[in-house]
Amino acid sequence: MWEYTDKVKEYFLKPKNVGEVENADAVGEVGSIICGDALKLSLKVDKETNRIVDAKFQTFGCASAIASSSVLTEIVKGKTLDEASKITNQDIAEYLGGLPDEKMHCSVMGMEALEDAINKYRGVKKVTRPEENIICKCFDVSEEKIRRTAIENNLKTVEDITHYTKAGGGCGMCIPEIEQILKEVWSITEIKERPVEKKKLTNIQRMALIQDVLEREIRPKLKADGGDLDLIDIDGSRVIVGLRGMCVDCPSGGMTIKGIEERLKDVTGQNITVVTE
Amino acid sequence: MKTIYLDNNATTQVAPEVVEAMLPYFTELYGNASSMHTFGGQIHGRIEVARAQVAELIGAEPDEIIFTGCGSESDNTALMSAVECNPAKRHVITTRVEHSAILNFCKHLAGKGYRVTYLPVDTLGRLNMDALLESIDDQTAVVSIMCANNETGVIFPIEEIGKMLRARGILFHVDAVQAAGKIPINLKELPVDMISLSGHKLHAPKGIGVLYVRKGTRFCPYLIGGHQERGRRAGTENVASIIGLGKACEMAKKEIAWGTAPLAALRDKLEAALLKSCPDAVVNGDRENRLPNTTSISFEYVEGEAILLRLNEYGICASSGSACTSGSLQPSHVLRAMGIPYTAVHGSVRFSLSSYNRQSEIDRVIEVLPPIIKELRSYSPFGRDKFEQYCRIDAARAD
Repeated sequence: MWEYTDKVKEYFLKPKNVGEVENADAVGEVGSIICGDALKLSLKVDKETNRIVDAKFQTFGCASAIASSSVLTEIVKGKTLDEASKITNQDIAEYLGGLPDEKMHCSVMGMEALEDAINKYRGVKKVTRPEENIICKCFDVSEEKIRRTAIENNLKTVEDITHYTKAGGGCGMCIPEIEQILKEVWSITEIKERPVEKKKLTNIQRMALIQDVLEREIRPKLKADGGDLDLIDIDGSRVIVGLRGMCVDCPSGGMTIKGIEERLKDVTGQNITVVTE
Repeated sequence: MKTIYLDNNATTQVAPEVVEAMLPYFTELYGNASSMHTFGGQIHGRIEVARAQVAELIGAEPDEIIFTGCGSESDNTALMSAVECNPAKRHVITTRVEHSAILNFCKHLAGKGYRVTYLPVDTLGRLNMDALLESIDDQTAVVSIMCANNETGVIFPIEEIGKMLRARGILFHVDAVQAAGKIPINLKELPVDMISLSGHKLHAPKGIGVLYVRKGTRFCPYLIGGHQERGRRAGTENVASIIGLGKACEMAKKEIAWGTAPLAALRDKLEAALLKSCPDAVVNGDRENRLPNTTSISFEYVEGEAILLRLNEYGICASSGSACTSGSLQPSHVLRAMGIPYTAVHGSVRFSLSSYNRQSEIDRVIEVLPPIIKELRSYSPFGRDKFEQYCRIDAARAD
């Protein structure tokens, strides 16, 4: 039996906003009956203010899928599309007082449906690119989704990835590939072991190191997700960067910047702040 | 709130008579059966009585009964013994719908280089006998096939299979954990070499199992140590549980003799009423040939865990083969092996009754479940057109 919080139980037993918004302005759909859960989110958007004035859901799934969908509609109501696009799966899980690890994919499903709805409303083509590499064939999970979920939720093990995305939870054939992806994603933290001259870097050394880390570690990762970054300036301990490509309106842009900051603090041993131009 | 327990294939209530029989062995009768003194030695005699009671239930000889720790231990021991006693043979046959105690042990054997054949079943969960015949070769060390399936209750033709295997001199193990105590098993007539049983499925406590090994069958123990169970399973006997299992087997024997028709009637009533009041519900498995206590019903377009947790609000206990309840992300391997469509697999609910269930409890389920299904379907993005159709039918009925 799952350890569900009272909030999950409440939203499962008496879900709010079930159904479809009439004449919806945006509809987001994720999942399938084969996977065992699916969510259809419909939104009514005020064209003047770009504010979500109504939200409803239809969900096929377990208690936590129904609860996650229902709270999602509660969270987004009254938010502008910009605000809504910053909602992460963590926000959904937190609103519910947490979800069992094995059920985190329900919160990810909520975030994806919202993203899908907003993208459709804005006329952005679905984020799937033709070269999208499907890693988990059982649950149709792409490499991009695995990378992104790993970074956003700080996931280090295949088991975590399975809990959050379902990838690897079927036949298990893709587990070695997921391991490889995790290795690549977290290679940054592994390289940490090398004895970096943390003490007394000269200005030139520090700048070269920052440039090196951005060039060799950060940019390849962003590029893998269709994004990129330019180093604009290094002003003392302030590193000014410009986000490019997919990163520009990526809802997790803030997370990316924080991640880069942590990494730079680590290698330089100095209190670096990273800001966007 | 009173619990309505319809999950007896998961585990059963320990019968009050069984508890009573066990109690002295937790208090004054704590001796070790292996001791030389009377205080301990008398326990040995009590264990032998229980052994005879177990043997009696399945038509075995008492010395063919080995007490183990659980059904899984019995299953593992049987397969391990079979391959160790036949080191030249490197092939094992089982089915796709076995319990994980068999399936995962077969995977383990496959990892050690054994060839494993998993026999398919048809859409009603019936075994493909031709596939069994074809898969046998001179490398086959053992065939392990369950007597009755835990999810659907479908019963396999053990006698027919046994005859076929005996004619070819192949060792035959049967996992009878779900069948024992529910249908008659007579090993005097069944050509089976080893059988696994589990106490907690037949109103004995958890933590006690049985492996039957037919006289003359070569056997290699799994647990090695003391001389308990005549050297076939080491470890100080779980005396209280053995006594309890003996009592439970004695009671089960009587119950089977009385007939399980009333139990089947209760199950059939539940099944018929649910099928009638819930559109797009189907029974999984061969209804002609199944345990009298089990029904697996799929409610299309809704998910099993959601159904179970709604039933839980009424104190009703059942199981599901949905992905969310399986402990993995894949729905029931049994229903998938049967080729049940995904729309139905995720919405499967298993009710498994016992003789402790009453008519009033079944009536309660018949009363509360249909509205739950209807409500959950109203949340579902699937089967929308159908859902609107049901609502129209319901409205027409109300008029």
